[in-house]
Amino acid sequence: MSNDMSNTGVVVTESSTPLPAGVHLPIYMDNHATTPLDPRVLEAMLPYFNTKFGNAASRNHSFGWDAEQGVEKAREQIAKLIGATAKEIIFTSGATESNNLAIKGIAEMHRERGNHIITQATEHKAVLDTCKKLEKQGFRVTYLPPQADGLISLKELEEAIVTEGPGKTILVTIMYANNEIGVIQPIAEIGKLCHAKGILFHTDAVQAVGKIPVDVQKDNIDVLSLSAHKLYGPKGVGALYVRRRNPRVQLSEQINGGGHERGMRSGTLNVPGIVGLGAACEIAMNEMEAEAAREIELRDYLKNKLEAALDYTQVNGNMEHHLPGNLNMSFVYVEGESLLMGINDIAVSSGSACTSATLEPSYVLKALGLGDEVAHSSIRFGLGRFNTRAEVDYVSDKLIDVVLKLRELSPLYEMVKEGIDLTKIEWAAH
Amino acid sequence: MAYSDKVVDHYENPRNVGTLDKSSSEVGTGLVGAPECGDVMRLQIRVNPETNVIEDAKFKTFGCGSAIASSSLATEWVKGKTIDEALTITNTDIVKELALPPVKIHCSVLAEDAIRAAIGDWKKKNNVTETAGVAVAAAH
Repeated sequence: MSNDMSNTGVVVTESSTPLPAGVHLPIYMDNHATTPLDPRVLEAMLPYFNTKFGNAASRNHSFGWDAEQGVEKAREQIAKLIGATAKEIIFTSGATESNNLAIKGIAEMHRERGNHIITQATEHKAVLDTCKKLEKQGFRVTYLPPQADGLISLKELEEAIVTEGPGKTILVTIMYANNEIGVIQPIAEIGKLCHAKGILFHTDAVQAVGKIPVDVQKDNIDVLSLSAHKLYGPKGVGALYVRRRNPRVQLSEQINGGGHERGMRSGTLNVPGIVGLGAACEIAMNEMEAEAAREIELRDYLKNKLEAALDYTQVNGNMEHHLPGNLNMSFVYVEGESLLMGINDIAVSSGSACTSATLEPSYVLKALGLGDEVAHSSIRFGLGRFNTRAEVDYVSDKLIDVVLKLRELSPLYEMVKEGIDLTKIEWAAH
Repeated sequence: MAYSDKVVDHYENPRNVGTLDKSSSEVGTGLVGAPECGDVMRLQIRVNPETNVIEDAKFKTFGCGSAIASSSLATEWVKGKTIDEALTITNTDIVKELALPPVKIHCSVLAEDAIRAAIGDWKKKNNVTETAGVAVAAAH
């Protein structure tokens, strides 16, 4: 085996397509999973591993002061990107911890006021599993189904809110933008509705921060989770925005220790990571607009090329309220994992889960009401800061070749071409 | 997850892809699996009525690389075998040959099902099922 391995573990073989200038294999196009560290972020971080290695909580020597200075600068950089103040930023180990702290912290703190939480079916597992845990502790959770385009209905949200009694709604948690289908929820309207009813509003904004404008004031957000590694920062560091006025949000800490981060999250700060998060936010602040325009152009180019060459394709999720770099597309009658196997020098994700014991395709795509066979044939492209047009050309050409080849192999494609209605066949489920 | 070299080979160079005339009395067709499970295999055999030997086999599969490889291998194995010999092929033979990991065993099961379904269809068309045999005997 060579060292040249892709995500599928297949040895990358010489491609028959000549490699265009500037394209290096494997190509990374899975920027919703994680992003590469921006070299400028790395540069900002490096001194905090060696010369400025101090503990930010050491109050009485210059090592501590240097570290603290790095942390406080990062707090300002993050706050500025989301329209918050530095004091409202709490550092965590990442968005999973931020989501846990927000949801459990609010539920615990406000239990006296009510026991109802509203979320949606297409949230990340870091939110869904946290809510499930709270259900076991006696909270009632409403999981709103999305509409067919992935957006939630504000009317359904309003109807789900309980304003009286012990079953009163205390928290609404709705993600800003979805990690699979890239759909951006009407966050400002949701926040406005929550504030009108006196309910706290948390959003998991991991995919949105640094990609599209996020403003906690305009968007009426009380608590917001973000993560460094989704915006070209390092892994293992994130933040939670906690509103300090109108209203002042109180939450119960989930980790006890030295009382760091105003008592909300104890533990010695990950100074290099935090500095990296801050630097990543500052870069995003300056470059987001141009970067989004470039990614939208690349994404539409990819989409148009694939649609022009292939029949039976389907774009999943509302394309108007959509993240710049996201494209989720189904290549119907071709199974996603076999598709990934054919493009093993390209890193993308599939909505199929043939590797799992359950054979269940993506719960997000299923929540949109997609048939399993359509969900099984979906690919998520995550374009990012470092993808080029030449890469998009390579990816689309290769993908078209593989889809055509697999459709030659597909009994379903043949049947549909012959005019057979697949829904009328009695399939033997296994 | 790593695929074995044999799975990769069958995926890249699938054997016996195609379609046989399903209305022919010599052809048996097996269609197994379901689109919602992410696997559908269609395996077809053409049987010599004199010798009961499978002279040709074709497949088409919607499914992961292991499903494609399992059905491709199944067509290779049934060719040249008699109906009775072909029925002795089991999913464990396929698992061994392709070095399938535990999460992919269902692909081999489906390929075995496809062989049995194709043979079953041929038998039904040619009145060689057990029940048909009994019926013929009772008529005497």
